[in-house]
Amino acid sequence: MSFEIAVERRLGDTRIALDLAGGPGLTALFGPSGAGKSSILNMVAGLLRPDRGRIAVAGETLFDSAAGIDLPPEHRRAGYVFQDGRLFPHRRVRDNLLYGWRLADPAHRWMTLDDAVDFLGIAPLLQRWPRTLSGGEAQRVAIGRALLSGPRFLLMDEPLSSLDMARRAEVMQVIERIRDALGLPILYVSHDRAEVDRLASQVVPLAPEGMADTQA
Amino acid sequence: MSPEEWQVILLSLKVSGVAVLLTLPIAFGLAWLLARGRFPGKLLLDALVHLPLVLPPVVTGWLLLIAFGPSGPAGRWLADWLGLTLMFRWTGAALAAAIMALPLMVRAMRLSIEAIDRRLEGAARTLGAARWRVFLTISLPLAMPGLLAGAVLGFARSIGEFGATITFVSNIPGETRTIPIAIYGALQIPGNEAEVTRLAIIAVLLSLGALLVSELLARRMGPGRSGHVL
Repeated sequence: MSFEIAVERRLGDTRIALDLAGGPGLTALFGPSGAGKSSILNMVAGLLRPDRGRIAVAGETLFDSAAGIDLPPEHRRAGYVFQDGRLFPHRRVRDNLLYGWRLADPAHRWMTLDDAVDFLGIAPLLQRWPRTLSGGEAQRVAIGRALLSGPRFLLMDEPLSSLDMARRAEVMQVIERIRDALGLPILYVSHDRAEVDRLASQVVPLAPEGMADTQA
Repeated sequence: MSPEEWQVILLSLKVSGVAVLLTLPIAFGLAWLLARGRFPGKLLLDALVHLPLVLPPVVTGWLLLIAFGPSGPAGRWLADWLGLTLMFRWTGAALAAAIMALPLMVRAMRLSIEAIDRRLEGAARTLGAARWRVFLTISLPLAMPGLLAGAVLGFARSIGEFGATITFVSNIPGETRTIPIAIYGALQIPGNEAEVTRLAIIAVLLSLGALLVSELLARRMGPGRSGHVL
């Protein structure tokens, strides 16, 4: 089991609830906007605390309300790729890429800056400021930053939604290569059926009311 | 310019510089608390910080006199423990200037702290940074232009401080006679128009320069910082 998630959280009027047991590869959370997909990712990353439940990834428990376990985000080793890239505007691309790498335990690093730069084709961007990047460039840098932090798993929140068609194909190929070549468990959020069908090993629909069932 | 006028200008710079340096960490702490904190009495703290902005300066000076005079609670404590007297001393002028500058400094800093995209802080946490490291590597650098702008603004306000200062520490040459107090004193005696004009020009230049620097800092948020991330 890669992702074992059974959580509940009330946010305003909506109740977000999910019971999911993900296999290897890419598990896609699929549903319309407002269904709480991003909130689920934030709970797995440790940025949003569930009201109750349990979250475990690849056998390690990250959160368990019954057992009183709640690892802080910096100890969860999540590689989180946000919808908007969320690069640090006051650091050049190179320093954005190395932010998590420098903080990671050397034993946990499984990629060097050179590896990541080659893998993502971002060598010409290293000295640039984030605000000068196109959407596709920024998203590739964001993926590189997440990979370089030595994560045990990846969380991807609609990483293609801010991109035009040409950039989408490019970033989608990168995600397929991560899925196939690196073998990291990926929890992927999207509202686009075609995208999910192409990338996902397993699709989990998430309805606005919140109850979702796993379908292999 | 006469040696007395130079003395006035240098004293003004010293008083304002010390006032701003001492207030800087306090103002930043208050700005952070007001921008991010959620605690009972926040509204009251906000009002207290802004009080010197609306209170008649002479009242602020009188309150300082009561608190920091030789028989005041704070004044006695400072004299007993640190051997420090503030009344009629340049240090007292610096204290008065600091209190009058505080609201402006807190305002500028608070705005820049509130403008920080907190999602960037969350992103840094997921990359392995503990809270204190997020503060030092993300929040503080992003708030820096506002912090500097607040300091420059506070400096300009300190240069112009008059009411609380003359009430608290009076008009003593070489000790508490800053630019505005020297101008006021010179105006009391006929025939000092030239001195008044020179000092007034200096005051205008210093204030204008500080405002321009503060505005530039607030606008030019450092390379790569302006505009949106995506």
